Amino acid sequence: MKNWIKAAAVAAVGIAFSASVASAAWEKVVVATEGAYPPFNFVDKDGKLQGFDVDFTKELCKTAGVECEIVAQDWDGIIPGLLAKKYDAIIAQMSITDERKRSIDFSNYYCTTPAVFVGKDGMKIEAYKDGKVVEDALDGMVIGVQRSTTHANFLEDNFPNAEIRMYDTQDNALLDLTAGRIDATLADSGVLLEWVDSDAGKGYSFVSDTFAPVEWFGEGAGIGLRKEDQDLKELFNKALAEMLANGSYEKLNKKYFETINLHPR
Amino acid sequence: MFEDLIYVLGKYHGWLFDGLLLTLQLLVIAVIFGSLLAVPLAIARTSKKLWVQAVPFGFIYLFRGTPLIAQLFMMYYGVGQLIANIDGIQDSWTWEYLRDPYWYCLLTFILNTAAYVAEIMRGGINNVPSGEVEAARACGMTPTTTYRRIIFPRMWQIIWPAYTNDVIFTLKATSLASTVTMMELTGAARKIVARTALPYEAFISAGVIYLIIVYVLTFGFKGVEKYLRRNEFRQADKKPNVETGVQA
Repeated sequence: MKNWIKAAAVAAVGIAFSASVASAAWEKVVVATEGAYPPFNFVDKDGKLQGFDVDFTKELCKTAGVECEIVAQDWDGIIPGLLAKKYDAIIAQMSITDERKRSIDFSNYYCTTPAVFVGKDGMKIEAYKDGKVVEDALDGMVIGVQRSTTHANFLEDNFPNAEIRMYDTQDNALLDLTAGRIDATLADSGVLLEWVDSDAGKGYSFVSDTFAPVEWFGEGAGIGLRKEDQDLKELFNKALAEMLANGSYEKLNKKYFETINLHPR
Repeated sequence: MFEDLIYVLGKYHGWLFDGLLLTLQLLVIAVIFGSLLAVPLAIARTSKKLWVQAVPFGFIYLFRGTPLIAQLFMMYYGVGQLIANIDGIQDSWTWEYLRDPYWYCLLTFILNTAAYVAEIMRGGINNVPSGEVEAARACGMTPTTTYRRIIFPRMWQIIWPAYTNDVIFTLKATSLASTVTMMELTGAARKIVARTALPYEAFISAGVIYLIIVYVLTFGFKGVEKYLRRNEFRQADKKPNVETGVQA
C-alpha cells in the first residue's frame, strides 16, 4: 500500500515536471471561451465564435507572436478543462476571485465593465471622482440597486444620506426608474447600455462617468491559466501591456463599446 | 456556526431591530384597518339580498383566490405605474407619498387581511345562536342595537381563535414586503446575507425573532380570549372548548 502511494507520488511529480518542460516554449496556444455571453463571446448564425473576447484573443496572440486556436467550452466545465489540459487559457470574462485563484492562476485583468448611474436625460451625478468617493453626491436622492451586488454594497457603505432601495432584479429597478419612484439606479454599464439604447430606456441615459474601483468592484476579468504555466502568463501580460500602449486595445474597445472604457485602470 | 451567529448579531443587530419595527408597524396597521374594513364586508356578506352580497363576495373571492405576492406586484408595479403616468403628478406634493413603496404594501396587506377576516366574521355572525338574536328582537332592540349588543360580542367570542390564526398569517405575509424594497425583518435578513454570505445565521436570527413575536401574540390573544369569554367562566363548571370555539 505504502509503495503504491510512493509510486503514484513519483509519477505525479514526473508528470508535473515533464509538463513544465514541455511548455517551455509556446508556439501554439489553445484558448477556450464560453460562447454564450454576448457581446463578449457568442456563436453567430454561421456557427462561428464572435465577440470582444474572440477578437481580443486574436489580437493578443498576434502581439505575443503565437498561433492560437479558439474553442468553445461550457461554463461549468471551463476550469476542469483547463486543468485537464484540453486547452491552455480561458478568455471568457472570468472575474478574478480568490476562490478561483485556489485552483488556477490569472493574468493581469484585461477587461472590466465599470459601474455607472442611469437617470433622466440631463441629470448629473458625480459620486466617484478622481479616485475618491464624493460622499454627499447623492444626498436626499432615492437610488435603486439590485440586491446582493457589489453595487449595492458600494452605495450602502459610502452614501449614508441617500435612500437606497434594494430590488430583486435589475429589471424591477428600471421599472421603478421609469415610474419616477427612484431618481437613479447604479449597475453594470454593459447591462445598462443595452437598456438605455432600447425603447424602454427612452429619455434616460448615463448620468455619471463610469467607474470601477478595485476595493468595491474587484479586479475585473483576467485570462485564466494553469498555475504551472508562469511563462505563458508572462507572455500574455507583456502582450496585453503592449496592446494597451499601442492603441490596439482601445480600437477593439471602441468597436464593441463606444462609450464604455473597458480598461479604466 | 456560533461564532458566525454572534458576529451577525453583534454587527447587524441594528438592521434586524429596524426591520422588526417595520414588520410590527405593517402588522399592527394592516390588522387594525383590515379588521375595520372587514366589518361592513361581513355584514353585507350575510345579507339575504343577492345584490348586496355580490360586492363583498367578489372582493373576498379576488383577494383570497390570488397569491399575495401577485397582489403586491399588481399594486406596486401595476397601480403604481398607472399613478406615475398621470400628467403632472410627479410635480405635485402628493408624489412624495405616492412614490413610496410603504403605502402600496400597507394597502395590499389591509385589503388582503380584510378579505380573510371578513370571511371569518361572516362565519361568526352566522353561528350566533338564532335564539339569542330572536330574544333581542323580542326585547325590542333595533337591528343596529342587536348587532352592537348581541351579535358582535358573540361573534368575537366565536371567531377569536380563527382570528388569532389570521393575525399570525398576516405577520408572516409582511415578509413579502421585502420583494418591493421594504427593509422589514426578512428584508434585513436578506441584506445581511448579501453582505456576509452567512445565510443560516441571518435567517435563523430573523426566524427566532418571528417566533418570539408569535409567542407574544399568542399569549396576548389568549388573554383577550379569556376576557371575551368571561360570561362563560362565571357559570360554575362549564368550560368552553378553547380549540374549536365550540361551546360545551
